[in-house]
Amino acid sequence: MKYVLLIIPCVLSVWVPLYNSIEPTLAGIPFFFWFLLVLIPVSSIFMWAASRIGGDDA
Amino acid sequence: MIDHLNWTATVVFVFFFAIVTVIGFVAARWKSGNLDELHEWGLGGRRFGAWITWFLLGGDLYTAYTVIAVPAVVYAIGSYGFFAVPYTILIYPFVFLTMPRLWNVAREKGYITGADFIFGRYRNKGLELAVAFTGILATMPYIALQLVGMEKVIQALGFQGQGMMSHLPLTIAFVILALYTYRSGLRAPAMIAFVKDIMIYIFVIAAVVIIPAKLGGYGAVFDVAAKAYAGKANQGLTLSPAQIGPFITLAIGSAMALFMYPHSLTGVLSASGPKAIRRNAMTLPAYSLLLGLIALMGLMAHAAGIEVANPQDAIPQLLLKMFPDWFAGFCFAAIAIGALVPAAVMSIGAANTFTRNVWRPFVNPAISPLQESQLAKLMSLIVKVGALAVIILMPTKFALDLQLLGGVWMIQIFPAVIFGLYTRWYSGEALLAGWVVGFGLGSYLAWGATAWVPTSTILGYGAYNGVIAVIANIVVATALSFVFRTKVEGDIANADFLDARSTA
Repeated sequence: MKYVLLIIPCVLSVWVPLYNSIEPTLAGIPFFFWFLLVLIPVSSIFMWAASRIGGDDA
Repeated sequence: MIDHLNWTATVVFVFFFAIVTVIGFVAARWKSGNLDELHEWGLGGRRFGAWITWFLLGGDLYTAYTVIAVPAVVYAIGSYGFFAVPYTILIYPFVFLTMPRLWNVAREKGYITGADFIFGRYRNKGLELAVAFTGILATMPYIALQLVGMEKVIQALGFQGQGMMSHLPLTIAFVILALYTYRSGLRAPAMIAFVKDIMIYIFVIAAVVIIPAKLGGYGAVFDVAAKAYAGKANQGLTLSPAQIGPFITLAIGSAMALFMYPHSLTGVLSASGPKAIRRNAMTLPAYSLLLGLIALMGLMAHAAGIEVANPQDAIPQLLLKMFPDWFAGFCFAAIAIGALVPAAVMSIGAANTFTRNVWRPFVNPAISPLQESQLAKLMSLIVKVGALAVIILMPTKFALDLQLLGGVWMIQIFPAVIFGLYTRWYSGEALLAGWVVGFGLGSYLAWGATAWVPTSTILGYGAYNGVIAVIANIVVATALSFVFRTKVEGDIANADFLDARSTA
């Protein structure tokens, strides 16, 4: 489970066909850019979750 | 020489530079330890808690060159330059998993460098030397590029000069850096990193709020940028089909290479424990967000009507145009100080590696701890002088090309280091053979007809040379590990990789 949590943001970050588009824009920012920017804090949350369930030797 | 100097910006710039110079020298007394021991001078005594490590690693990994180069690529071709974002997303889950294991075994066995671990694991001096050689070779041009970042902002202040004089400010800055690194070791960049990182955050937050507001909002910025790329092949706000393969493999390969560099490992090993490292993996993405926002400045430069022949001038010119002089000076100081931290850590990492993994095993096995730290201090000076000479004597493009190759080379030690954290199945000889193949193939692929190229086409898809080469490396190392079954009994037990103690 810990490994699954860690791999999810990694897979999303390189799954280019998923986010290689202009629409939907957010406050004028194309999807390509805001998706990747939002994914950064999301990856932190996944690591935090992994550390919660992983124990000391996570 | 100084007729065109922007005085307001320059005074602010010099003021901040003077502050960090004082900090650099004072740092020797911080968390005081015996600086005649290598782990004190070169790793800060492994006493940096989660906060200090956060500032140090942030200042160390997100270099001045990055602040100039990433938006430069975005300015030049658009979304492709954004590969830096998936790259930095991939890094931290990897760090979270692997680096606490490396820290634990390093603390247990007294390792200072990655190559120390390699020898401890495989008992193979050839592989140890290959790992050390790769790290030092790749670090030299990287330090040189930090100087490029500094020189760009010094030029933007309006400093002009003929011949050798044109490099005078850079040389002065670097001599000061060399002196306090010699004296204070890793404590100097660790302390300066606080100043650097806070300045960079202020600069970027101001830039991403104020500049788009002046340009009519983000929508307008992207609209103008889209027009600038319109009709040009492989430029634009989304990736063209031909760019997707290189984009993905560059992100993956760069992420694999980053924590193989001596300066990254120095930052990790100076942490006070595995918990501090995991906490940093979770929180360092704050810097990645910063980098992503900096990358957007490449698009803002289009909207602001910045036209430069060299894309690396886009950001300095954007700042000069959009901000009052005093704040432009502040931003330039942030970028220049941003060059000092990684340059110092890189020279320390390379010096530690040379001392521990080249000099000690091959020249003087009986070296005393005092001689060890003295040699490392001296090497940190030599490495910096070498980098300065590269910048002054050779075309900048040379350092850029070498840096590109540096990443391709660094990935080739990934199998030995990372596989070694989990298994002793691989044999040292097989990993060394894999390294030779990967290093050779990666360099060969990068050799273009007119210039070095980062990617090659394989099976109809474009891919980063480093990734292609490391796959060949792993195949060879795995196949040969079936042949060379020399079972080496290193002194590392599985428990040595697990959390046991913390020095904090």
